[in-house]
Amino acid sequence: MSAIEKLPTDTVPDNGLLRFLTCGSVDDGKSTLIGRLLFDSKTILADTLHAIQRTSAKRGLDSVDLSLLTDGLQAEREQGITIDVAYRYFTTGTRKYIIADAPGHEQYTRNMVTAASTADLAIILIDARKGVLTQTRRHSYLAHLLGIPHIVVAVNKMDLVDYSPDTFARIKADYLAFAEQLGISKLRFLPMSALQGDMIVDRGERLDWYDGPTLLEILETVPAIHSAHAEKFRFPVQYVCRPQDSANRELHDYRGFMGRVESGELLIGDTVTVLPSGRETRVKDLQVLGESLPSVVAEQSVTILLEDEIDISRGDMIVKTGELPKVSKQIDAMLCWLSESPLDPRRKYLLRHTTRDSKAMLAGIAFRVDINTMEEQAAERLAMNDIARVSFKLAQPIFADAYAESRGTGAFIVIDESSNNTVAAGMIV
Amino acid sequence: MLAHVTQSQLSHLDWLESEAIHIMREVAGQCSNPVLLFSGGKDSICMLRIAEKAFRPGRFPFPLLHVDTGHNYREVTDFRDFRAAELGERLIVRSVEDSMARGTVVLKSPDEPRNKHQSVTLLEAIEEFGFDACIGGARRDEEKARAKERIFSFRDEFGQWDPKNQRPELWDLYNARSFKGENIRVFPISNWTEIDVWQYIEREQLALPSIYFAHQRPLVRRSGGLLPVTEVTPARSGEAIENLMVRFRTVGDITCTAPVESDADSVARIIAETAITTITERGATRLDDQTSDASMEQRKKEGYF
Repeated sequence: MSAIEKLPTDTVPDNGLLRFLTCGSVDDGKSTLIGRLLFDSKTILADTLHAIQRTSAKRGLDSVDLSLLTDGLQAEREQGITIDVAYRYFTTGTRKYIIADAPGHEQYTRNMVTAASTADLAIILIDARKGVLTQTRRHSYLAHLLGIPHIVVAVNKMDLVDYSPDTFARIKADYLAFAEQLGISKLRFLPMSALQGDMIVDRGERLDWYDGPTLLEILETVPAIHSAHAEKFRFPVQYVCRPQDSANRELHDYRGFMGRVESGELLIGDTVTVLPSGRETRVKDLQVLGESLPSVVAEQSVTILLEDEIDISRGDMIVKTGELPKVSKQIDAMLCWLSESPLDPRRKYLLRHTTRDSKAMLAGIAFRVDINTMEEQAAERLAMNDIARVSFKLAQPIFADAYAESRGTGAFIVIDESSNNTVAAGMIV
Repeated sequence: MLAHVTQSQLSHLDWLESEAIHIMREVAGQCSNPVLLFSGGKDSICMLRIAEKAFRPGRFPFPLLHVDTGHNYREVTDFRDFRAAELGERLIVRSVEDSMARGTVVLKSPDEPRNKHQSVTLLEAIEEFGFDACIGGARRDEEKARAKERIFSFRDEFGQWDPKNQRPELWDLYNARSFKGENIRVFPISNWTEIDVWQYIEREQLALPSIYFAHQRPLVRRSGGLLPVTEVTPARSGEAIENLMVRFRTVGDITCTAPVESDADSVARIIAETAITTITERGATRLDDQTSDASMEQRKKEGYF
């Protein structure tokens, strides 16, 4: 039987969707943890299991190597490492999960940044034998930098330290000391053994001294991102619907502004301001496929109809009057350089923020962060995997919030127009 | 001033649908000549509903394209034509058999499955119409190589995917830029699983080709699987033909799509079966993926969707 035997019904509520990220190196048992979650939640189906049983036997292993489940591309199998972010799925029936499986190697900081950008929760894996390592600090710093709201520190391989509560307590104290420096406050700690299956889905019998929730219990009860805090309404316009259907009088003057609510809530009748024009009007209707909705909330894709005829196009933003974002042609940001070609301070790049593009030029690098020591260093150039505090001058204004307040309207990417590649990710400070 | 505290939370289907709508609108906003691949299969049927939610009351900002192997079930191609007409949207059909006539597709043997040759016909259609983006219904849960593919996936002039050189994809900031001759493949339902698709079909009350539901069909048992007996896939000598109740979990080229035994005659019963199934969708029904663990990755590098 599968775990999804209790599909949402009138009595079992749908508890939405949670995206989480696992950080750790191959040695931390990250793939085993993901394999264990999929296996114990009975998401793995028979043919997949047979395939990994065959491979395990071929490699001369006694038991099934669950890490093989997340072992993706041919190139990676040859090298025995994970080279790119992979996405996995499982459901408990009440909540659907998307796991971003990011490699832990130093040279792949960009993969972790990518995976972290959409995660609501991060699981930081620590090998109980090794404790807090440089890479633990690196992963924690990046999770914090990318604004992941929930962080779970999972002390894995407890089976190899005789399930010792003292070891767990010592690692927890070490981690807390360093987390305080970084300003990470909301943390959960969990002892576990992914290999033995202790405290992942089942409690097991060897960690009696731990009375907190299992990993799955944490995942099931963490609140969704947008339900927890007060937010300002932000609606970047993606597309304008003008059917201009002369045969249909109702549609003749139809102008629908289509997009997804990045944050906050909007009701019919609310007074809104359109940026960059600054014109004010009221919300006439909120629609999806001809149906009228009384209100819309963050993450909903909708069509907004306004009372007055205002010229609005892709890249404009609709906000509530009185909650305006900063309209600016100069931004300060934390930047992660993702490309193999280094940042060239003399060149113009394309900056994409919500649905708006602007030419951008570097105005300065305040400092580069050594992500192993968290030290701030002077820098003239940025190479792949560098993280720095920078400022950009823009040709067009953008409508920005601080990333710490709003991920959707505080984030941007940088595109190199000569290659069309995405070369950097930025977070407005 | 303090903003209102938002209490509501989207259900998982609402979230997935909203993400897919957002992705389709990004294609419409960023690309000049996109196309949506529509086969008449269940995933692409969901895609059409998402397109309706994304663009109505306007028309779709793209035509529909089907790459027909010439070995498709009539029920599916009839449904394809019916649904496109019902929506009033333009359907383009390009055929692998035309590529064979042109000599750009050469079969090793007459009964060779034609699925992999769809790549050639697709690339020819992309060139013919100058499409800069193709929207498809592939999902990351279908196969290991797909699990690592971006939602906006860049293809070079030869339609090739380079898994080691993918564009970073962060937040919901998608990069659909390409130069002439290059192409972006876009997968709005990347994050959906098979059960999400069925739950969405049920919630939206979407019509499907009849072969998705349990029906009687003549079959033979061959190498552990069930094979439908049709004009293009006759029984071999010595094989016993059985009439069984079956349904299809995926529909594609007749020569490589096998049904499963089932008496599920409604979407609700299919969901119940899917929730307790023990074999992955491709494992059960795609005879062409079993050759090797990496076979999908290989085909994608060659330009397969």
